[in-house]
Amino acid sequence: MPTVLVCIAGLLGLSVLAIVLARRPASSSIVYGLCLAVSLFLCALAVLSIRQAPSQAVLPLGLPWLGAHFRLDPLACAFLAIVNFGAASASLYALGYGRHEAEPARVLPFYPAFLAAMNLVVVAADAYSFLFAWELMSLTSWALVMVHHRRAETGYAGFVYLIMASFGTFALLFAFGLLAGTHGDYAFEAIRAHHLSPGLAALALMLAVAGAGSKAGLIPLHVWLPLAHPAAPSHVSALMSGVMTKVAIYAFIRIAFDLMGNPDWWWSLPALLLGGATAAVGVLYALMETDLKRVLAYSTIENVGIIFIAAGLALAFKANGFADAAALALTAALFHGLNHMLFKSTLFFGAGSVIAATGERNMERLGGLIHRMPVSAAAFLVASMAISALPPFNGFASEWLIFQGILVSPQLPQMGLKLLVPAIGVLLALAAALAAACFVRAFAATYLGRARTEAVTRATETDPWSLCAMLVCAALCLLAGILPGFVIDWLQPVATVLVAGHMPPQASIPWLSIVPVSASRSSYNGLLLFSFVAATACLAAAAIHRFASHVVRKAPFWDCGYPGLGVVAQYSATSLAQPLRRVFATVVFAARETVAMPPPGDPRPASLQRFLRDPVWDFAYAPIAFAVGTSATLLNHIQFLTIRRYLGFVFIALVVLLVVLAIWG
Amino acid sequence: MGMIAALAAQLGQMLLVLALAPALTGLTRKMKARLQRRIGPSIFQPYRDLRRLFGKDVVLADNSSWLFRTAPYLVFAATWVAAALVPTFQAGLLFSWAGDLIAIVALLGAARFVQAVAALDTGTSFGGIGVSREMMIASLAEPAMIMVVFTVALVAGSTQLSTIAAFMADMAGLRVSLAMALVALVIVALAENTRIPVDNPSTHLEVTMVHEAMVLEYSGRHLALIEWASSLKLLLYISVIACIFFPFGLVTGAAGLSAYAISLLAYLLKVIVASLLLATLETVIAKMRVFRVPNLLGIALMLGLLGTLLLFVSGGM
Repeated sequence: MPTVLVCIAGLLGLSVLAIVLARRPASSSIVYGLCLAVSLFLCALAVLSIRQAPSQAVLPLGLPWLGAHFRLDPLACAFLAIVNFGAASASLYALGYGRHEAEPARVLPFYPAFLAAMNLVVVAADAYSFLFAWELMSLTSWALVMVHHRRAETGYAGFVYLIMASFGTFALLFAFGLLAGTHGDYAFEAIRAHHLSPGLAALALMLAVAGAGSKAGLIPLHVWLPLAHPAAPSHVSALMSGVMTKVAIYAFIRIAFDLMGNPDWWWSLPALLLGGATAAVGVLYALMETDLKRVLAYSTIENVGIIFIAAGLALAFKANGFADAAALALTAALFHGLNHMLFKSTLFFGAGSVIAATGERNMERLGGLIHRMPVSAAAFLVASMAISALPPFNGFASEWLIFQGILVSPQLPQMGLKLLVPAIGVLLALAAALAAACFVRAFAATYLGRARTEAVTRATETDPWSLCAMLVCAALCLLAGILPGFVIDWLQPVATVLVAGHMPPQASIPWLSIVPVSASRSSYNGLLLFSFVAATACLAAAAIHRFASHVVRKAPFWDCGYPGLGVVAQYSATSLAQPLRRVFATVVFAARETVAMPPPGDPRPASLQRFLRDPVWDFAYAPIAFAVGTSATLLNHIQFLTIRRYLGFVFIALVVLLVVLAIWG
Repeated sequence: MGMIAALAAQLGQMLLVLALAPALTGLTRKMKARLQRRIGPSIFQPYRDLRRLFGKDVVLADNSSWLFRTAPYLVFAATWVAAALVPTFQAGLLFSWAGDLIAIVALLGAARFVQAVAALDTGTSFGGIGVSREMMIASLAEPAMIMVVFTVALVAGSTQLSTIAAFMADMAGLRVSLAMALVALVIVALAENTRIPVDNPSTHLEVTMVHEAMVLEYSGRHLALIEWASSLKLLLYISVIACIFFPFGLVTGAAGLSAYAISLLAYLLKVIVASLLLATLETVIAKMRVFRVPNLLGIALMLGLLGTLLLFVSGGM
């Protein structure tokens, strides 16, 4: 534990160092290099110490009668590993990518502090330090979002993010207040010992879901996420999407599984309902988007939904005493969190390289980059397949575990859950299928086809540091997909502590298969599938080239006999999504298309316009924004009154207060 | 010895599906032609087509990348491995535990993903049409398929196809949820194999085509592999339906040669019947408009969900 705290202090010290060094040209290499070293060390430490007994430390900081408590238990270790691996790969990427930054002095001081804050949230063991670290994480990430502050949309993104982050902390503050009760002891041990009445527990759970969910991006609290994550530099986007959302999920798991004690079955309902809606609607948002980084941000929302579904299932199982099934669902949630960190980092790194090479984020103005950036295209493709839950990659392994969790759930006795869980299963399957469509579209529009603008034709492959970060993450996507048993076994202590159950030990299963409940129910062997597919493909290629033809002729593409159409005639990101838009978005987003056809004889081109409505914004946020704006305008008059009237107000306020006191007493 | 026999059975199964797949396509075409009072090409025409295509040069578009050239091999390999995991004449094969029904569906999804990105590689408009429609169909067909898997898995208590087949072979009586799953699975199979009413496998040069538009730029050995993979996929779906709903004659444990012969014959018979039914269906109904397809697949999805719900409410027994 002291080692972890020293490392975190070291990261904070790096922030100071970054301010000192800010004007030096080498500062970015030094800061990112040191961040990489510290994060790798912390990651290794977390990986190794998950099986050890929890260690604690109390520092004389924070509230005077409380001190700052820190604790390293299996759950903290699991998330510490996720946070620090993501941080290490982002730092590695930034060693190369950071050179593109016009104003490094705006990034460097906040970056190590952001890493330190995320680590602190995970190890904090009292409400005060937790909320302090949580706020530090919000503020440093806000500062990183505001790096490119001269862009108009960045200012807006920062504004929305600040409001939503304050709301989230506010909700968590009250959640902890309810959980701790009136004793004033905010250490997690005291909170664990304190039991709530069902009504208060419900309120605390709602507040925890709102607080953690607003940071993680649960619909309808997601609005800031697709604005803020893409606005930051790409390595920070990767951290915010891949890692910070995991910290938010940590907060939910810590509160719902650990601090609140034994769950009631209905605690699973908010996680399941919001998770299902978030998974399906998040990916639909992503399909409608043409900005590459916003597509990735919306896809983060989808994956957060998937993790919440798994966590909700685990809560339902735990409440009903199915410890092993709860362990399955919880392990699936954590595994998917880890996986999402891996592939989302790769994808954001890829997007960052594309932006650095072309200056474009809009997929409608990219295309054909696979010829210019073949290696990063391959890494992006691997991550795309992984996030679409396709075997043999890691996304499939974790979603497969969630599906197995759903298949255990008919044993749940509550009728509400019996009816809800299959519907959640449909949403999950729908999200997985739509994610495949979304990433075919994102990959193809960016990397495939013919270049749509001149800037793309001048692009070159990105620098070796960035490539190295992308390739490491992509390789791990494959590795975690073909050897998922090791990850599941590694996560075992978390399930043992939190739900008192365990999955079958995967190391004892022959041939490195994974088994969720028992071998007769189902098993999956990614390694075998991968080697079979690879071997068959190679054999087929070898045999065909040896015994049949191996001649290749080059020619212009055929396109069914219409090769003369220009570059604009190829399918764009918007047109690739058109059938899905007509099927799904006409309901969810009220999507409409209008064709403006000029009259005969008029040489102007016809135009197609597409309209989408964001239902969450229109129905939830716009009324609030309108109410705030209107009341502000109304109250504005009060600023310009005569002194006589102000005195009148003071008098009235005094009288009202006295009356209240009189009634109260 | 037992290991060698098991390995032989596994290898035999892999080669059987590979060898049988083109014949299935040929048979379906032949029957369709006979139903339409044409003589039609021989059942073995697909083999001749494959041989001819394998011998031809590949014509690559100037602006195609490495992805375009590797995709056919990956599609073929993924489809073949998926097909080899489905029990045809024997359940419980050596590697049958490597992937359950969800993994098989996902392997086909992986093949589709690779096929789709390869189709967009040259940046032609027909590739785009094909992919955008294929992804729309898949986005509904896949959840429907997962719901079918849920229904069947809840009845049989497993997602392993071999276990399901063994369970179904012993099960007496009918179940409403299984009937729903069968209808849903047939609709999904039609959609996934781009058969009428979702897509017409024998048209070209038509703005309504889906799968054919995706493979339009392929030629020579690449095209041969893709054609073979689509035959394999059709055989795979027929085998899945046969092994879940009609597991007669399937060898489930150790058995003598005569049992193998019977099960092989039974399997061939099932494939022929399925092919006849498919040909009849394709002859008597017309192709749907593209944007009517979601309604059909929505029916499949709802049937699958209803089946699963029924089982959930009755406690998964």
